[in-house]
Amino acid sequence: MISHDLLIVGGGLAGLAAAMSADPKLKVAVISKVHPLRSHSVAAQGGINAALGNHPNGKDDAWEKHAFDTIKGSDYLADQDAAELLCQKAVPLMYELDHWGVPFSRFPGGVIAQRPFGGAGFPRTCYAADRTGQVILHTLYEQAVRRNVTFLDEWLVANLVVGDGKCLGLVAYELGSGKIHPLPAKAVIFATGGYGRVYLRSSNAYINLGGGIGMAYRAGVPLKDMEFVQFHPTTLYGKNILITEGARGEGGYLINNEGRRFMEDYAPKAMELAPRDIVARAIQREIDKGNGFENQYVHLDLRPLGREKIEKRLPAIQEICLRFASLDPVDTPIPIQPAQHYSMGGIDVDKYGASPIEGFYAAGECACVSVHGANRLGGNSLLEAVVFGKIAGEAASAFVKTGSFPDKPQKGVAEEAQRFFSKVKSLRERDTGENVFKLLDKLKLLMSDKVGIFRKGKDLQEALEGVTELKEESKRAFIFGSCDRYCQELVVLTEFDYMLDVAEAIIVAALAREETRGSHYRTDFPVRDDNNWLKHTLLTWTEKGPEITYRPVKVDKYQPQERKY
Amino acid sequence: MNMHSTFRILRFDPKKDKKPYFQEYRHQPKPKDSILEALKDIRNEQDPSLAFRYSCREAVCGSCGMVINGQIDLACRIQVESLQSDLIVVEPLPNLEIQKDLFVDMEPFWAAYREIQPYLQPEGDVPEKGHRVEEKKMEKVFQYITCVLCACCYSSCPVASRDGRYLGPAALAKLFRFISDPRDSRPYAALKKVDSPAGAWGCDTVFRCNVVCPKSVRPADGIEGLRRKLVAEKTKRIFKRKP
Ligand SMILES: Cc1cc2nc3c(=O)[nH]c(=O)nc-3n(C[C@H](O)[C@H](O)[C@H](O)COP(=O)(O)OP(=O)(O)OC[C@H]3O[C@@H](n4cnc5c(N)ncnc54)[C@H](O)[C@@H]3O)c2cc1C
Ligand code: FES
Repeated sequence: MISHDLLIVGGGLAGLAAAMSADPKLKVAVISKVHPLRSHSVAAQGGINAALGNHPNGKDDAWEKHAFDTIKGSDYLADQDAAELLCQKAVPLMYELDHWGVPFSRFPGGVIAQRPFGGAGFPRTCYAADRTGQVILHTLYEQAVRRNVTFLDEWLVANLVVGDGKCLGLVAYELGSGKIHPLPAKAVIFATGGYGRVYLRSSNAYINLGGGIGMAYRAGVPLKDMEFVQFHPTTLYGKNILITEGARGEGGYLINNEGRRFMEDYAPKAMELAPRDIVARAIQREIDKGNGFENQYVHLDLRPLGREKIEKRLPAIQEICLRFASLDPVDTPIPIQPAQHYSMGGIDVDKYGASPIEGFYAAGECACVSVHGANRLGGNSLLEAVVFGKIAGEAASAFVKTGSFPDKPQKGVAEEAQRFFSKVKSLRERDTGENVFKLLDKLKLLMSDKVGIFRKGKDLQEALEGVTELKEESKRAFIFGSCDRYCQELVVLTEFDYMLDVAEAIIVAALAREETRGSHYRTDFPVRDDNNWLKHTLLTWTEKGPEITYRPVKVDKYQPQERKY
Repeated sequence: MNMHSTFRILRFDPKKDKKPYFQEYRHQPKPKDSILEALKDIRNEQDPSLAFRYSCREAVCGSCGMVINGQIDLACRIQVESLQSDLIVVEPLPNLEIQKDLFVDMEPFWAAYREIQPYLQPEGDVPEKGHRVEEKKMEKVFQYITCVLCACCYSSCPVASRDGRYLGPAALAKLFRFISDPRDSRPYAALKKVDSPAGAWGCDTVFRCNVVCPKSVRPADGIEGLRRKLVAEKTKRIFKRKP
């Protein structure tokens, strides 16, 4: 059994950033269920925020203004000290990423180019055309190769092992050999990304099942603010592939079936560049009112940009439209509809990435610090992944060097591995039962139907009952045939039980929060209620179901105001 | 074309099977389904043991390279309908060993990638206000940064298939991406490594890589660029040495 000082789970932006800042003298490995370059971060398009002040209309920008926009955008649920830290670190980080090799687009004078994004007072989103995630992920991976980071590619982590409030290590399934490994470690960082595929319509990669979040929850780490699920306003109708907010930032219009820019009814000042929660609801309302096309979508019209701008600034969007919708945005509007996009809630950590379990850290989309509160601004999550990934890497390294550790972590980890092994064996021995892919489809449908953009108590209650039923059905799941190596059915089966916990957490938290804030819109409680609800939701796993507690939001500089755009 | 199609898929588990074989599945794809979506449905509904790589489903992560009716491409970007055939043959990427079904061993591809020092080597520390680089100069690298490292080019390359030492199109184009970057300052010595038949001179200029690249990178342009650079550097050195 190989012991590590630090195991980082996830090869996306957050995991690689953590690997880069981890102390190179420690025994560290990065584990990922896919090759790191296949991580979902690669799909990010629009950009990453930092108040560089490079845009002609952004000369007066400053990190404090970025922090204010982030807090306001969060509907005042972000912890203000954490949001400030994020925005302050953003500026030097852009120069560092540039130095590592990120090929940012440039403005005259050779400085990093910036574009307007939703909910931002100034154009501050740095970009590399519309491939920002791809170039940052590739760059971090390149630098990790340079530093000789150890990677365990195509290993699925199946359990987080905790004993007496301390992290002991992990259990993992190696796809290539089919083996199950106990992996003791002094510290663990989860950078496992979001849970988008709990929903039917999602902009996320197929692999974003969210198992990591559920694993931490099961091991005793609380989940925070799970009711806040971001729906992106503009995903391609049919495939739900993202059409970046940058398309509106560059001047694209949203048009209903009357040919009107309907955002004037919802956010007369910011129009298409209001924050995502507001734009997504506006689109859904138009569709529900019968102002959409085929009752399913509205148009995103990029024709005002002209061919040259589209080809230069949005080439990947053009490629996506041509490939996946057989249309050219140069001369045809894009049919778009909202879809699940981002997980604001997640594993409860502080601004050092530390969870209440000693030695266990989390960063990136799977974590909730919280900097995004009830609604994340576009361009802030790549930033969060890198900033807090780095912080977590440093904090976990410091902990490894100074912390006190349990005597025999191997024992606890080996027992857990044995338990997982027996579970897999019994799944294999069954020759009939439920097909996990079908169960997953049921869950997705349920979540999209009942826990979507507009929510109400009755629907949420039904969703909860649905999840309880699925939990029963999932006990009867089985593995078809004799699949041991590269068994994706086992991957999905392992993650599915955790996904049910994640779904349950979202529903329970949404049902409890009887107000409307940011992305959480309750038609039966349609206003924000700061007197009762300016607080974080925390859920702890128990045998009887999630236990809810609340924690005050850190408000120091900015008192909550009404959000007008 | 909304009827049942036959998917003839290459299956092989080197731990269990003596040799690869084709298995046929009848499946009715939904309109506009990609090959990847069809494969997923076949797996989910008919045979969960069928193994293939995937992640983004939008042709940006580079997971799903395979051979579809004889053409190397990313399965997620090919619409079933576009093949206009009710027989669809799916095979793993050639030139790489099969690990299981459509999973191939990518290690030789990654080894070549690591070999060229695939990272920017700028001078000094992070400049206080970042590097100053005009867009015009930066544009030189834009062609190459769309590469998703899917190995479609490597698999199609006749040189890579006969000579395991050849670094292949993706790695060489990646190297050219770095030396064209105005921020990079790697020494000439770093280039010397590819001044060989395993490097820039190995290319047979049949340009299969340019044809198959699903991201229109044109890796052979990078190889050409490397050759020009090597020749120019050599000429420079010869002239410098003259008294
Ligand atoms: C289409 C799209 C476009 C976006 N565009 C932008 C943008 O322009 N700007 C912006 O700021 N944000 C954007 N976002 C959001 C942003 O991309 C993500 O929030 C961010 O990339 C998440 O990074 P991460 O490192 O936390 O997770 P990921 O990149 O999702 O990485 C998760 C990693 O964890 C691994 N993993 C997960 N579970 C396990 C397990 N059980 N065992 C082993 N490994 C595991 C995975 O293999 C993967 O390597 C976009 C998101 C989407 C969906
Ligand atoms: S699944 Fe990502 S390229 Fe096809």
